[in-house]
Amino acid sequence: MNIDKDLVAASATPLVLAILNEGESYGYAIIKRVGELSGGELQWTDGMLYPLLHRVERNGLVEAFWGRSEAGRGRKYYRLTRAGAEHLDRQRRQWQVVDQAMRGIWRIAVDPAAQPI
Amino acid sequence: MTNKETLEERIGQWRQYLRRRQAVHSADVEELEDHLRSQIDTLRGAGLDEDEAFLVAVKRLGDLDTLAREYAIEYSERIWKQLVVSARSDSSSLTNQRDATVAVGLAIAAAAAIKIPELFGLHFPEPSADEWFYLRNLSLFALPFLAVFFALKRRLPRSGWFWLAVPFAAAGLVVNLLPFKPDSHTGMLAVIHLPIALWLMVCYAYAGGRWRRHEQRMNYVRFSGEWFIYYTLIALGGGTLMGLTNFIFEAIGLDAERALVGWVLPCGAMGAVIIGAWLVEHKQSVIENMAPVLTWLFTPLFTALLLIFVVAMIWTGNGIKVEREVLIGFDLLLVLVLGLLLYAISARDSQAPPGRFDVLQLLLETCALLVDALALWAIAARISEFGFSPNKTAALGLNLLLLVNLVWSAVLYVRFLAGRAPFTRLERWQTAYMPAFAVWAWFVTALFPVIFNYR
Repeated sequence: MNIDKDLVAASATPLVLAILNEGESYGYAIIKRVGELSGGELQWTDGMLYPLLHRVERNGLVEAFWGRSEAGRGRKYYRLTRAGAEHLDRQRRQWQVVDQAMRGIWRIAVDPAAQPI
Repeated sequence: MTNKETLEERIGQWRQYLRRRQAVHSADVEELEDHLRSQIDTLRGAGLDEDEAFLVAVKRLGDLDTLAREYAIEYSERIWKQLVVSARSDSSSLTNQRDATVAVGLAIAAAAAIKIPELFGLHFPEPSADEWFYLRNLSLFALPFLAVFFALKRRLPRSGWFWLAVPFAAAGLVVNLLPFKPDSHTGMLAVIHLPIALWLMVCYAYAGGRWRRHEQRMNYVRFSGEWFIYYTLIALGGGTLMGLTNFIFEAIGLDAERALVGWVLPCGAMGAVIIGAWLVEHKQSVIENMAPVLTWLFTPLFTALLLIFVVAMIWTGNGIKVEREVLIGFDLLLVLVLGLLLYAISARDSQAPPGRFDVLQLLLETCALLVDALALWAIAARISEFGFSPNKTAALGLNLLLLVNLVWSAVLYVRFLAGRAPFTRLERWQTAYMPAFAVWAWFVTALFPVIFNYR
């Protein structure tokens, strides 16, 4: 399935923050996690993740530090900051509202007799 | 073995190719390379051969132009010299040529502007009575043309032109209609503060009307620093040229001094304002490396100087003697420290972790604040004894303005070093503070004469 570009863009930041909420991580692992979570449906152009990560880093939502990979290469890790956790919390509540509204209308669309929640 | 080499070679080429993008720094390339290699390893594990794995991994990472553009949008400061992210390479030479024509035209206009009053019988440098006219109008000969240069370059909308014209018109009215006396204190203060007030107004044109944007203001700070370097260089070159001209004409028995002082100096000084700005816009890569070097050179030197000064003061027990110039001297000190700080901020990669240089910067600020606090204390005692005068009030106001800025900068620096705030907080504080300087400069120019009765 090809997911609409705007929808991917809108969900990217909360998704990345939520993944970092599970623990510190790095670019490639984040991409893999996105794949797992969406059952492979949500495909990003891998490179686009990095400008996004840098933006949230600059806004103080995540912090970055350099570590080493198993193979000994330099690897940049990201970790959620307190401000990031708060931001994620706000985002989650907003998404829940959207999600609930969508669910309501989908039910009606499938079965017109159903009442909105 | 050969296979391994070809893979390394291909990754090397890919890295080279990416490195050529101005918006993508080497740390970013390293991060992307780690991604690429992780991806290749996974794909190899799934049974692809090296060639296939490399191709798929590169493809997944995305086309480099698009990727570089994303970085450019995120890091506008890295490519701020390109000005527009989507600038086409084919049309840029045409734009360059047009810009050059506009810049030279405006520089000639500025040079001509300073000679126009001569048509109305106001001469420079003699007689000295006319000097006052030139002094108070000095910034009005060049800065409007600078504003026009940026307004044209940034395609300012028509309403923007109107807002841009307002401060210049107001400045012209204030300095020429108020009954200033030549050589009065308030008059000289207006002469000093008006260029600063108008320079900050040019930011509106520079930002293409979007002067509220933090990035635009930061770019303007950067521009101002680099323009200053260029202007100094042009002035040095111009001075040498004038000296030589004078010398060789003297050798054939002709006196070139009148032409040099009356024409070359004023016209050159005005035209160089525009030319300097144009050079900053187009030949940055030279200067870009100079601003950090200057900062690195002078921050330790000034820190050492201030430390020695504090030690000497404690050692000898000598207090600061409050003379007339003391306050101005300490103002200059704070301006300099703020200048170094701004240079350092604008040249610094806001993403980089705290380093030794940041500690040094903080030390410099702390020393300057300490010294200034001592001076202020001495001066406050003197003012309470002899009352306010225009000069003392202007110097004191500026001092307080700078003090507030530097104290909070120091606090933010400490927080940054402690890892409790991102560096951008410091950048944002500086750009948010810029209007305060503008307001103060306008206040001194336009209201001081009224408050102090044109003393």
